[in-house]
Amino acid sequence: MSHILLRHRDIPDIKELSVYRANGGFKAFQKAVTTMQPGDVVNEVKASGLRGRGGAGFPTGVKWSFLPGNLWPHYVVANADESEPGTFKDREILENNPYQFLEGLMIAAYAVGAQEAYVYLRGEFESIYRQLNACIARLEEAHLLGDQLFGTDVRLRIYTHLGAGAYICGEETALLESLEGKLGQPRLRPPFPAVAGLFNKPTVINNVETLTNLPPILEKGADWYKSLGTEKSPGVKIFCLSGCVQKPGNYELPLGTTFRELIYTWGGGLAEGRRIKGIMAAGASSNIIPADDRALDTPMDYESVQQNLGAPLGSASVIILDDSVNMAWLVAKTTHFFKHESCGKCTPCREGTFWMAHITERMMGGKASPEDIDLLKNVALQMQGKCLCALGEFSTMAVVSGIKHFRPDFEAAVRGGGKAK
Amino acid sequence: MSKMVTLSIDGRSVTVPENTLVVDAAKMNGIDIPVFCYHPKMKPVGMCRMCLVEIGRPMIDRATNQPVLEDNGSPKIQFSPKLETSCTTPVSEGMVVLTRNDKVEAARKEIIEFILTSHPLDCPICDKGGECPLQNLTMRFGSKEGRFLFDEKMHLAKHVPLGELIWLDRERCIQCARCVRFQHDVVDDPVLDFHNRGRSLEIMTFSEPGFGSYFSGNTTDICPVGALTTADFRFGARPWEMKPAASLCAQCPVGCNLEYTVRREAKSGGATVIKRALPRQNESVNEIWICDKGRFGYHYTQDPARLGQPLVRRDGELVPVTFEEALKIIAEKAAHQPFQILAGGKLSTEDLAALRGLAQESGGKAWLHTYMSGGFTPHYGLSADANLGALGQGDAVLVAASDLHEEAPIWWLRVKQAAERGAALIVMNPRPTRLKKYARHVIRYAYGEESLAVAAMAEENLALAGEEIRAAAETLKSARNLVIFYGSEGLGLTGSKGLEQALADLLERGGFTGRENSGLIGVWHAPNLQAGFELGLPPAEGLADLPAGGVLYLAAADPAGDDPRQAAYFSGREFVIVQDLFLTESAKLADVVLPVLAYTEREGTFVSGERRLQRYYPALAARPGLKADFALTALIAKSLGYELEGRAASLALEKLAASQPAFEGLNYLKLAEVHEQWPQVGGSDLYYGGTSYANRQGLGKHLSRAAKPEPDAAPLREGIRDVPKNALRLVPHTRLYDAGSTFAPSRLLDQRRARRQLRIHPRSAEPLGLQQGSQALIELEGAPFTAEIVLDETIPGGTALYPRSLGVPMNAPFHAVVKPVFDKSAS
Ligand SMILES: Cc1cc2nc3c(=O)[nH]c(=O)nc-3n(C[C@H](O)[C@H](O)[C@H](O)COP(=O)(O)O)c2cc1C
Ligand code: SF4
Ligand code: SF4
Ligand code: SF4
Ligand code: FES
Repeated sequence: MSHILLRHRDIPDIKELSVYRANGGFKAFQKAVTTMQPGDVVNEVKASGLRGRGGAGFPTGVKWSFLPGNLWPHYVVANADESEPGTFKDREILENNPYQFLEGLMIAAYAVGAQEAYVYLRGEFESIYRQLNACIARLEEAHLLGDQLFGTDVRLRIYTHLGAGAYICGEETALLESLEGKLGQPRLRPPFPAVAGLFNKPTVINNVETLTNLPPILEKGADWYKSLGTEKSPGVKIFCLSGCVQKPGNYELPLGTTFRELIYTWGGGLAEGRRIKGIMAAGASSNIIPADDRALDTPMDYESVQQNLGAPLGSASVIILDDSVNMAWLVAKTTHFFKHESCGKCTPCREGTFWMAHITERMMGGKASPEDIDLLKNVALQMQGKCLCALGEFSTMAVVSGIKHFRPDFEAAVRGGGKAK
Repeated sequence: MSKMVTLSIDGRSVTVPENTLVVDAAKMNGIDIPVFCYHPKMKPVGMCRMCLVEIGRPMIDRATNQPVLEDNGSPKIQFSPKLETSCTTPVSEGMVVLTRNDKVEAARKEIIEFILTSHPLDCPICDKGGECPLQNLTMRFGSKEGRFLFDEKMHLAKHVPLGELIWLDRERCIQCARCVRFQHDVVDDPVLDFHNRGRSLEIMTFSEPGFGSYFSGNTTDICPVGALTTADFRFGARPWEMKPAASLCAQCPVGCNLEYTVRREAKSGGATVIKRALPRQNESVNEIWICDKGRFGYHYTQDPARLGQPLVRRDGELVPVTFEEALKIIAEKAAHQPFQILAGGKLSTEDLAALRGLAQESGGKAWLHTYMSGGFTPHYGLSADANLGALGQGDAVLVAASDLHEEAPIWWLRVKQAAERGAALIVMNPRPTRLKKYARHVIRYAYGEESLAVAAMAEENLALAGEEIRAAAETLKSARNLVIFYGSEGLGLTGSKGLEQALADLLERGGFTGRENSGLIGVWHAPNLQAGFELGLPPAEGLADLPAGGVLYLAAADPAGDDPRQAAYFSGREFVIVQDLFLTESAKLADVVLPVLAYTEREGTFVSGERRLQRYYPALAARPGLKADFALTALIAKSLGYELEGRAASLALEKLAASQPAFEGLNYLKLAEVHEQWPQVGGSDLYYGGTSYANRQGLGKHLSRAAKPEPDAAPLREGIRDVPKNALRLVPHTRLYDAGSTFAPSRLLDQRRARRQLRIHPRSAEPLGLQQGSQALIELEGAPFTAEIVLDETIPGGTALYPRSLGVPMNAPFHAVVKPVFDKSAS
């Protein structure tokens, strides 16, 4: 089957505007602008059942319909901050199939009546930033962006913004703060961005992958899209496979594909002689799932992973851990990451990630005592339910599930210190 | 009236206005929910998570939209799975809040534990120790033991100057952002912010000089830990060693309520001294804020240069004598002479009344030492229940000829807030000021044309008026209230009188006189000029207006210090008495110099520019031998055979109240009345207000409206005649950090103090050969002076601004030739 999102794998030069157009590019946008009312576009996307690919899985069309019709202007912001460890799907799209993403962004803007759209890129995406600016310039030349598009009154401009390298700026309200030139810290909600977002105006924030789904949905229709994936999680998803597998990489597969199929059919299985031990389904923000048959046979859709395994699918950044990995070492890595990335706005996360990192460092440095395992767990539990945004909660997932399912690894780490990996 | 909402907090049914936050609803009903980042004067941010409570709401059946009921008929309550921050959650009907169950108590303990993992807990050497919300909440909710390894605590810089006024201890900061939010949202000096992220989040300042804000000291009050301290007080004393004393700020006419905290110490030779000034809550005056001038300005009261003994002139020299001797000499020399008195606006109401009494008894006259005219304010000023804090949508505020941010910072803040609440702000000034940003109408006029501009608005002489004036006049037509501030930017006494009359006329014509929250406010250059105007003392810029002959008696007035040319008026007097804190230039010319108590060592009252009569209490015991001004004046009177009330300030005020209608019914007990104020501050909980003090000693009372004054027939304008060729117009303006005798001793502010500079537009400077930073010579007959040139594009052409109090001997605009001073070394 040919790709829907990673189309450059089938059409190598699709990052050239002419090639993209020759392959049907901007037909969907033109169709929307010239033949559909914005409300029709919203309804079509609602009907497709498309859900946000940034992690929360919220139905995209529903989110758009929250924007109040009596407050203007509206803005659309593409979230290209992609900073979750183990997540590298948006990058592949942006590097290789940028026009499909931009077309998606333009469709979203038309649907909510925005005349200005923004792309917020993670700080390290500098070359992507330059390429995207060049693409936008070409779209302006081609009069696909600007005033009076396709001879109508519709106008649209796209601006890009390069962040300064902070994971928290992927959280949508911190992103907005950063986009406004302020310190990237999450905002208090309510009000939600749909009502008071960028510059205090109604704003839609969508993930890059979410937006890249829009041109094919408009082109081929909601029914076609719904025929892919599962009933509640329709469509395709790019699964970012990494860790202890033979062929790590992005795999565009229907939602509902099992872990087993991803790992063994597509990912080439594990290295010779290694046994699978754990799975993280949503990057560093995941629970560590013991990789038993039940887990391996769980379909990767938003409902099943949550129901079967008590963990969110999130951004579907699947990290495979084999029997050579000591989970305490892994948890030391994730806690270090969250300590480094906590924005510091709220007490439990600022202090809790700092404290957890100290304990895990102690463990890895051979200076921990057995009580430290429970202390670590207690600190994580004591953070839960108290943080201002999800980052703080994310930071506790691997800790709590790791100790719950792999306590011997922690005990070994306490005994053996740095030798454990 | 807003809609009321009924909810239950810890089983008690309470009713509060809608939109009230749960944390406030609890506090209003005597239930303390601990907070760190929340402050009722600022928007909630929900950062610290200290205020978590359990909240349930009535369950609604989706199908019927009706509440779901329990078996017993009561509404079924659905509790959220997570605790919620009570500082960010508004109340709703039927809500059930639990603030002290196990879950909530555990959360509090856990948040405190988190905060303490990175906190040094150096309470024994912390300035805030003893009045620290973190300390108190730790004692109340914290865990007995710490689980965080002491060795792993972070160590950060403990003495970080954010400029020379405020110091930061990075270890103690709990990242609550109160200081940052105060600077951004309350006072609009966004000079503080966070830098970095996570546990490395730290406070930084990016202004030059550091923490450049007239309100910076307030952050040390609201900081819930000892992270921010003032250079003035840090390491000066422990809170429990000090006694508080209610007082007022004596630096400007706002009349901010203060609390001085004092202690007896070896360092000061065993004397009791003031260690710091803190705001005392008065929601209709200063809320819980004061400006840095008020906070750091008290040092003059304990300056070593203060006079301790009377001086008399013998053989041309001033020599110390006893009070008895001095009074004897006065009795001899001054008997049967009329007293011509010049009284300063720093004197108390009682002092001014006594001076007026002596003048009357002796057949002389008492004058108020001022370059601002204010005779219209007793009738046109505020009265009854006026409150700037109540101005908002539908009201108008006019600020004329005043850079309010420099002249009276707390009024600037109050006006800014009124504008933010929706009041229409009209700003009239010849050059832009900080208020411009909040103004609905900005009216520019040329220096000297202020009364014409007002008259154009009042008389609807709109054909002549510019568009802004017309638009402002239109706004005034529909305004419910109009409060007018007028200052002294570019004005001397004559121009000020003209402006005052024009503004009174504007109030009159608009029908605002007598309305509850309307009136005229003079932005005086002294705390109690208002009392002088209430007593009907005529204004005098200097001694020129006082009749020659008789006894000259100066109290808290130093005309010779302001202008050396005034010395001429001292000769030709029978006898000169100067009563002051210091040996001023005028005192040096006197026959008798009488020292007095500072206002911090005695009782008294000031009348604020809003006509609020307020009491101040002695913070320190009277210096041995010295007396308050009114008591001394009464002694002089007595030695001459006149009877004045000199026993107690309270009696002096009672006497005044009996004869002066505006003061009718007021006495010291009435002024000491208080009522409950919101937010509640200064309690032992210290949750909200930090180190601001609760007001237990009196909120003061407004004077009632005085009789209508007679306007001068002719329009008054600053007389500018005989303009020399090539002359610039030099106009005075006021800078907050001045060099006056009651502020200069606060050396801490030297770096920020105004200097003798001439601000001039580059285009006016160029043809005169004046360059940025160069020295210029100003040819003023009899008193030439030099000043540093500062190029400033906001200054109108042909004009140069000079700051008051810095040795330019002129109160009113004047014309002078300005030339570069040539650098001799260069030639
Ligand atoms: C800590 C944190 C980091 C996040 N990082 C990203 C990110 O890098 N990219 C992204 O699209 N969404 C990220 N999200 C999710 C966004 O907040 C938001 O839900 C998403 O952009 C919405 O788009 P969608 O509806 O298309 O998924 C993050 C959320 C959190 C709490
Ligand atoms: S949970 Fe962490 S990242 Fe989120 S607001 Fe709190 S400190 Fe910032
Ligand atoms: S310095 Fe004080 S007020 Fe400012 S953030 Fe730190 S603790 Fe809060
Ligand atoms: S505003 Fe005026 S009265 Fe208030 S503290 Fe400042 S100088 Fe004192
Ligand atoms: S979160 Fe409510 S007081 Fe800080």
